[in-house]
Amino acid sequence: MSAAQLTALAGGRTAKPHHHILSVLVENKAGVLSRVAGLFSRRGFNIYSLAVAPTDNEHFSRITIVVDVESAPLEQVIMQLDKLVNVVSIGELSPSEAVERELMLVTVAVGPTERSQVIQLVGVFGGEVVSVGVDRITVMLAGRPEKIDDFEGLLEHYTVVELQRTGRVALPRLDRH
Amino acid sequence: MQLTGAQALIKSLEMQGVDVMFGLPGGAILPVYDPIIDSSIRHILVRHEQGAGHMAEGYAMVTGKPGVAMVTSGPGATNIVTPLANAYMDSTPLIVVSGQVATGSIGTDAFQECDITGVTMGITKHNWLITDVNDIPRVVAAAFHVATTGRPGPVLIDFPKDIANASMEWYWPTSVDELDLPGYHPLSDGDPVLVRQAAELISASHRPVLYVGGGVLKARAAEALRALAELTGIPVVTTLMARGAFPDSHPQALGMPGMHGHYTAVTALQRSDLLISLGARFDDRVTGKISSFAPDAKIIHVDIDRAELGKVRTPDVGIAGDCRLVIEELLSAIAANGDAPVVQDLAPWWQQIHRWQEEFPLYYETTDGGAIKPQNVVEQLRDAAPDDTIVVAGVGQHQMWASQYWEFNHPYTWVNSGGAGTMGFAVPASIGAKVGRPDKTVWAIDGDGCFQMTAQELVTATSEQIPVKIAILNNAYLGMVRQWQEMFYEERYSEVYLSPDLPDYVKWAEAMGCVGIRAESPEDVGPAIEKANSIDDRPVVVDFRTDAFEKVFPMVAAGQSNDDIVVHPHQGTPSR
Repeated sequence: MSAAQLTALAGGRTAKPHHHILSVLVENKAGVLSRVAGLFSRRGFNIYSLAVAPTDNEHFSRITIVVDVESAPLEQVIMQLDKLVNVVSIGELSPSEAVERELMLVTVAVGPTERSQVIQLVGVFGGEVVSVGVDRITVMLAGRPEKIDDFEGLLEHYTVVELQRTGRVALPRLDRH
Repeated sequence: MQLTGAQALIKSLEMQGVDVMFGLPGGAILPVYDPIIDSSIRHILVRHEQGAGHMAEGYAMVTGKPGVAMVTSGPGATNIVTPLANAYMDSTPLIVVSGQVATGSIGTDAFQECDITGVTMGITKHNWLITDVNDIPRVVAAAFHVATTGRPGPVLIDFPKDIANASMEWYWPTSVDELDLPGYHPLSDGDPVLVRQAAELISASHRPVLYVGGGVLKARAAEALRALAELTGIPVVTTLMARGAFPDSHPQALGMPGMHGHYTAVTALQRSDLLISLGARFDDRVTGKISSFAPDAKIIHVDIDRAELGKVRTPDVGIAGDCRLVIEELLSAIAANGDAPVVQDLAPWWQQIHRWQEEFPLYYETTDGGAIKPQNVVEQLRDAAPDDTIVVAGVGQHQMWASQYWEFNHPYTWVNSGGAGTMGFAVPASIGAKVGRPDKTVWAIDGDGCFQMTAQELVTATSEQIPVKIAILNNAYLGMVRQWQEMFYEERYSEVYLSPDLPDYVKWAEAMGCVGIRAESPEDVGPAIEKANSIDDRPVVVDFRTDAFEKVFPMVAAGQSNDDIVVHPHQGTPSR
């Protein structure tokens, strides 16, 4: 399936035009995530998704925030975030200029017939079966958020027991010129 | 040199040049109070931690130096939350050190434990919980740096008891690079391209107004502002936070804009074709209904906080930078503009402004033999006080009358709670102001409702020999709420009556070691003020029994357009 087809198939979870990605480099200190989240709530800004982990330098973490800019102009969100003393730098990534990835774990209830169907589907999407039970199966899929949306949409034909997505992480797309 | 954490903290404060701090000890902060005995820092023992915070704010607002307060953990720390919120709204540099339970007990609901860094995250510029004794000098230096640079604001250092008792090898950071603040880069001068664009907008304007906010005072930019105003001939309005930044006696001064601003100041902003906003933030109390604020005006917005540019109103030219530096750049840019006029012919604009000033000056009704008019008390206090008197207000009607009727001719002579609107601010803030400027007369103009919230700090003032003067405009009501209930709730007065006699303010003042004076009728006002002004060895409280029915005018009702400003009923209705 082409990227365009995947996007067309994508359900309601993919970044909408009013979603922007902020890549926020912060000091890796206690309470920093709370400061960032607190700023969003007290200023009335909406977070669509958020992913955080340390970078290659242990002193810093990177928070990837998908912001719903219908709640406030993006510029205002960035300027307020920038005032947090622990925020070192903020990059804005437009979806067309970024590579975005997300990971999903999902447990599906499967009978004898569904088991092979789900395993096949996982294979088509390049996912992986990570845990197998008597009547359940847990699979992992990583990739573009649209692809995850698409896979999640197809799982609607089965009984999803539990589903967890990480929220997206993103970095700028590299310049080829 | 080996020091305990407590000694290192006090030494760090001394290294920062702290000469006075306000506080109240308790269990968790006990170790830090021991080295205070041997320190050069004067400690003023308050009666409630809120008083310590507001005193430190008052001190900071008149001196330009950061105010320092110290409290214990738990309720000691939560009692200073209001001053932190107040200082955050008004961008006042305030350093609070709070005691904390030992690091091993954090999270166990220990006695007097409170997550004060969590509580104050949203109302401080930054806060720190010290977890390593070796961090103390660096964190204190960082706290002062953050509080006093860029847009100033409050910071809090949470200080666990075991850290105070641990020992460390003393050092002192010698440069900003050692403060471990990789994400903190305060702005300084403005972008020259934008400054030139601003000069061009000014050059083309016919009805400009300098809209001056508290940022001008924070940037010590009053002189630069005066040079800009006099070079261009542009009228000046000073917001509630900027009173004194430009002399009220100056012919270009139009007074205060906003909900209870001078008619001319409010209307000049509305009719302007160019607002030059310097260190102001388009607060709702200034703009009224934002969609109809200054509809024809282009906006030049100068602020050291980039996030203020476009937060409320999108500027045509937004300049992020220090007000004093940007004004100086602007003066150079205007000088370099060659043959272009500095401004267009402002004579028609000034004619219009003078008509407004003649038609709608500040007004209140005077009747012989009636009750004391609160506005008249402010006028008589003003006329009997030295020109550079520091005036401190609480929040409400008395605050508006003080701002309207005092004539502020010097920067740093007006101390009030603007953004947060903290009742009870005046008594402790005036004490802090007098500590900061003992050479000046300090008059607090307070309301009876406000006075009752924090009056106990006059015990502090008496015992520490801080001779402040408090004028209570006692109308026996929560007056501003009463005014709103009269005007907008069909005179249904709900929970606003206080009583003129309960408490007995004179006896209360005397019980706290102050001189208490009462003025019950208009002829008492002058002698009461004269007596108060003659006392300089202890605090004085004057209970002025004022007219309870007096309302503050002009007024723009909440959420209404500034075009719908209401003046005193005797002055008629302004034409739109």
